[in-house]
Amino acid sequence: MIGLGHYLILAALLFSIGLVGVIRRKNLLMLFFATEIMLNAANVAFAAISSYYHDLSGQMFAFFIIAVAASEVAVGLGLLILLYKKYGTLDLDNFTMLKG
Amino acid sequence: METFAFYLFSILIVGLFCVTVMSRNILYAMTSLAAGMVLISGLFFLLGADFLGVVQLIVYVGAVMALYAFGMMFFDATGTVKENNTPATTVFLLGGLSAVVLVVIFAAPAIGGNVHALYPTPEGATNPQAVGLVLFTKYLIPFEVAAVMLLVAMIAGIILAGKKMDKSLSRMKDESAVSEKDVK
Repeated sequence: MIGLGHYLILAALLFSIGLVGVIRRKNLLMLFFATEIMLNAANVAFAAISSYYHDLSGQMFAFFIIAVAASEVAVGLGLLILLYKKYGTLDLDNFTMLKG
Repeated sequence: METFAFYLFSILIVGLFCVTVMSRNILYAMTSLAAGMVLISGLFFLLGADFLGVVQLIVYVGAVMALYAFGMMFFDATGTVKENNTPATTVFLLGGLSAVVLVVIFAAPAIGGNVHALYPTPEGATNPQAVGLVLFTKYLIPFEVAAVMLLVAMIAGIILAGKKMDKSLSRMKDESAVSEKDVK
C-alpha cells in the first residue's frame, strides 16, 4: 500500500523539475511548458491529499487549477504569437527593452 | 499491483518531464509533456479521483496540447532552440532548494495531522456523483467565476491571435517601422 508521503514526494519532485525548467530555460514557449509541469505537480498533491483525507475540496481546487491553466494557455499563446510576429523570436534575452 | 502501478507511473512521469525541461527541440518537449500528462491522469485514477482524471485527459491532453500544437504552427518549431541557458549547478541548487522549502511549508499541516475533512466524501456515491454534489453546492460561486474567466480568456485569445491575421509578416514589420517613425 502506498502512503500519502509517496505522492507528496512525487509532487515535490515534479515541482522541482518544473522550477528548474523555469529558471534554466530562455525560450518563452519552454517556460510555458515548465509552468504546466508545476501546475500538474500541484494537482497531484491536491488529489492525493483529497483522497487520503476523504475530503473533496482538494479535487475541487484541482479542477479550478485546470481551468486557470487552460485560460492561461489561451491568453499566453495569443501574446506569444503577437511577440513572435513583432520580433521574430521568442528568446527572453532579446526582450530587454525595459532595461533603459 | 497498486504499488507497481504507482512506481511505474511516477518513474515514467519524472523521466518524461525531465525530457521536457532539458530537450532542445520544441516538438520533443511538447510530445513528452503530453505523454506525462496522460500518465498523471493515470495517477488520478489510482487515487480514486476518476472525474479529475477524465478532466485531465480531456482538458490538458486534449485542449491544451492541441492549442500548443496550433501555436507551434506560428513558430519555427522544426529546428533546435538556440538559447544560452543559465549555468546548470546554480539552477539545480536554487530550483531544488526552493522547491523543497515550498513543499515542506505546504505539506507540514498534512504531515502534522492537523487536517480535518471539511466536506467529507458522501457515503455510497461514486466519485463523479460526489464531485457533482460538492461542486454545485459548496463551490457554486467559484464555478461560475471560473466560467466567466474562461469566457474572458477565450475572447482575449481570439483578439490577440486573430488580429492582423490576414497580413503577412514582412508587411507588418514595415508597418510597425512606419508607426515608430510617426511616434518619433
